[in-house]
Amino acid sequence: MSDIKGTENKSAIPKDDEEKRVGVFVCECGVNIGGVVNTKAVADYIGTLPGVKVTSVNKFTCSDSGQADIQAKIKEHNLNRVVVAACSPKTHEPTFRACIEEMGLNQYFLEFVNIRDHCSWIHMWEKEKATEKAKDLVRMGVERSKLLEPLQASEVPVTDKALVIGAGVAGMQSALDLADMGFHVYLVEKEPSIGGRMARFDKVFPTNDCSICILGPKMVEVARNKNIHIMSYSEVKAVDGYVGNFNVKIEHKPRYLDVAKCTGCAKCSEVCPVEVPYDFNEGLGTRKAIYVPFPQAVPLRALIDMDNCISCKACAKACESKAINYDMEPSYTDVNVGVIIGAVGFKTYDPEPRHDFGYGLYDNIITAMEFERLLNAAGPTGGHVVRPSDCKEPIRVGFVNCVGSRDKNTNIYCSGVCCMYTIKNAQLLKEKRPETDHTIMYIDIRTPFRGYEESYNRSRNLGVKFLRGRPVEVTEDPVTKNIKVRVEDTLTQEMRNLEFDLMVLATGIVPNEGIGQIQQLLKLSKAADGLLMEAHPKLKPVDTTIDGVFLAGCASGPKDIPYAVSQGSACAGRATIMLKNKKAITEGITAVVNPDVCVGCEVCISMCPFQAIRMDEQAVKANVVKALCKGCGTCVAACPTGALEQSHFKNNQILAQVKNVFKFQEVAA
Amino acid sequence: MNTEVQTPDAWEPNILAFCCNWCSYAGADLAGVSRFQYPPTVKILRVMCSSRVEPAFILKALKDGADGVLVAGCHIGDCHYIDGNKNAEVRINNTKKALGKLGFDKRLRLEWISASEGLRFSEVIRDFTEEIMKLGQNPVKEVKK
Repeated sequence: MSDIKGTENKSAIPKDDEEKRVGVFVCECGVNIGGVVNTKAVADYIGTLPGVKVTSVNKFTCSDSGQADIQAKIKEHNLNRVVVAACSPKTHEPTFRACIEEMGLNQYFLEFVNIRDHCSWIHMWEKEKATEKAKDLVRMGVERSKLLEPLQASEVPVTDKALVIGAGVAGMQSALDLADMGFHVYLVEKEPSIGGRMARFDKVFPTNDCSICILGPKMVEVARNKNIHIMSYSEVKAVDGYVGNFNVKIEHKPRYLDVAKCTGCAKCSEVCPVEVPYDFNEGLGTRKAIYVPFPQAVPLRALIDMDNCISCKACAKACESKAINYDMEPSYTDVNVGVIIGAVGFKTYDPEPRHDFGYGLYDNIITAMEFERLLNAAGPTGGHVVRPSDCKEPIRVGFVNCVGSRDKNTNIYCSGVCCMYTIKNAQLLKEKRPETDHTIMYIDIRTPFRGYEESYNRSRNLGVKFLRGRPVEVTEDPVTKNIKVRVEDTLTQEMRNLEFDLMVLATGIVPNEGIGQIQQLLKLSKAADGLLMEAHPKLKPVDTTIDGVFLAGCASGPKDIPYAVSQGSACAGRATIMLKNKKAITEGITAVVNPDVCVGCEVCISMCPFQAIRMDEQAVKANVVKALCKGCGTCVAACPTGALEQSHFKNNQILAQVKNVFKFQEVAA
Repeated sequence: MNTEVQTPDAWEPNILAFCCNWCSYAGADLAGVSRFQYPPTVKILRVMCSSRVEPAFILKALKDGADGVLVAGCHIGDCHYIDGNKNAEVRINNTKKALGKLGFDKRLRLEWISASEGLRFSEVIRDFTEEIMKLGQNPVKEVKK
């Protein structure tokens, strides 16, 4: 490919017949390895292997002094292969590759052996066996290292455009930051309006600002920004390519009206005869089959819910700008971007299927999101909190925390935000109607960030009661429809029988629908809790294992708003490194064809998941397109003649390890 | 070479595990980070994808005396290389069939272990180790003596 060039050849490429001079550096990782594995015994044993010129044990090989030791020994012993026996190559390989490259060695002359995660940490009580295993692992590495060949990493150009998936507050922040730095951003949102979950909240803790009042201006800012191309009511359908060069197919779901003509006047909704539960209000109240998502929607355009439309065509008659088009089909846009930010958000836990704490069985039990909409002045009741059974304003309100969180039957993790929003919700109703009486039933109250503990204290001062315990029995009074709760106050160890007019469940944060699809499209990892995994939980919290793909917001775990916004900005910052440099480095590991051995059978072509192998028309030989090859080695294993090799994972390199797994075998020379 | 007769108690299986870089190797890392203890019977060999594992590697390991060979990759649908693991599945199952004729099929195992399944990784190793203990040592080792 003409647009791919190798990096400057900084390293001397020794001939294959050069004597292999291996240096082995065994790391103690403080006591992480040294406390279990006898590192000196490992080094002494490895020192007896042919080709090993020097061994060294360091307290921390990755430290300055540890790396200086490697560099000094490369110089002193004229080493041409370096084996580091330490932690995981997934975190530290780049460090040591750079270390040896500085000394003029090709970075692929490093062999990394994991004797911590795969040895000392998992055999903590079997020190001798762990030491023997470490010897075996390092020996495998030493023998492989002697066969390593120099490779050049490729530099790929980076398209200076970004795709942000999800236009909640995290995704909007990413888009705004990138746009303000001068990069073009495609902001894809599956809902008909941007804004995400935050647009549905009434007030936000700990300061109790009106949510849409602070979010609305940000939504307008996104819409006005010339560098941001909003694609609302759209979904990512296909992603291919690689860092710097992703090709993305986006589907625009039909709104059944021309957005260029629609003015969002909502005259169509006025005449529409169909009423369905209003999803934006958590199913409370109704909307029409043709509707504007909510008053502050961006873009402020209507859409038709075709599942419920009865085709009476009243809206078409009412629409002054003649925007309605009942025959609209989905349309598609292909975009090319350099980086992708996934901010796919969350949904709240649904207590309906399991009837948690009686939800779905008794009218007067609602979720916190439903409560949030009832509190909201633009909500179904104009801001009056009423109970569903009789639309009366409740006096005694009970709140149950940790519904769908911290529970081995649902989700074991803490959703992090429920304590705070419950405290806030109780405060808001207490302030609106001081005669109300609030009881929060909790496991633990968690208020870790700035202003949170203060908000909790404020609730206590307002007279909100906190009861440490979970309801064990929830029933309904058949006449009054009040909710009766039996709950143990675990602080006084007394059973309490309480009666509430309304009970609110603090439902937790769970993965959004479609997270699986995004995971597969972007090739990300999903954790056991269903949320997406970051590259490193501490040091790379917004990176993923896929170069050029970043994660912000609740897609990678429960977060509050400031945390989600910070991650949005962090993603923009990380992405800018690539976008501004206009280039990214990709691994040099690819498949390589030996044309002398290739018989042109084309087996490899059908195996390649990336269409990276093509036939050379004249010679009738397979030809690997390096820019497309991702170096999985599928074709290599399939090649019947052995014409294909995977660089850095060549047959002889892997077999050198296989041969050296077993102690009773003679060590391969 | 050790000529003493080893009692079953003294013997511990020797398992070679081919782990794909993206899921299973990271799963093994997570087992380590989480300190999920498992027997020191397994040595991990990193490949980029489970589909890189050639039957020849497995045969070589068994011929050299491995008591068991594990091939571990990403769950179907989660492969870093789209569907490399599907190719691995076909290849490993065919290899297993061929090994069945020699009575070696139970010594080869294919497992899907994701980057988040540290606990599962340790459980798979423990389970496979127990299974190999039941099967006994690789008979090749006897022939070699």
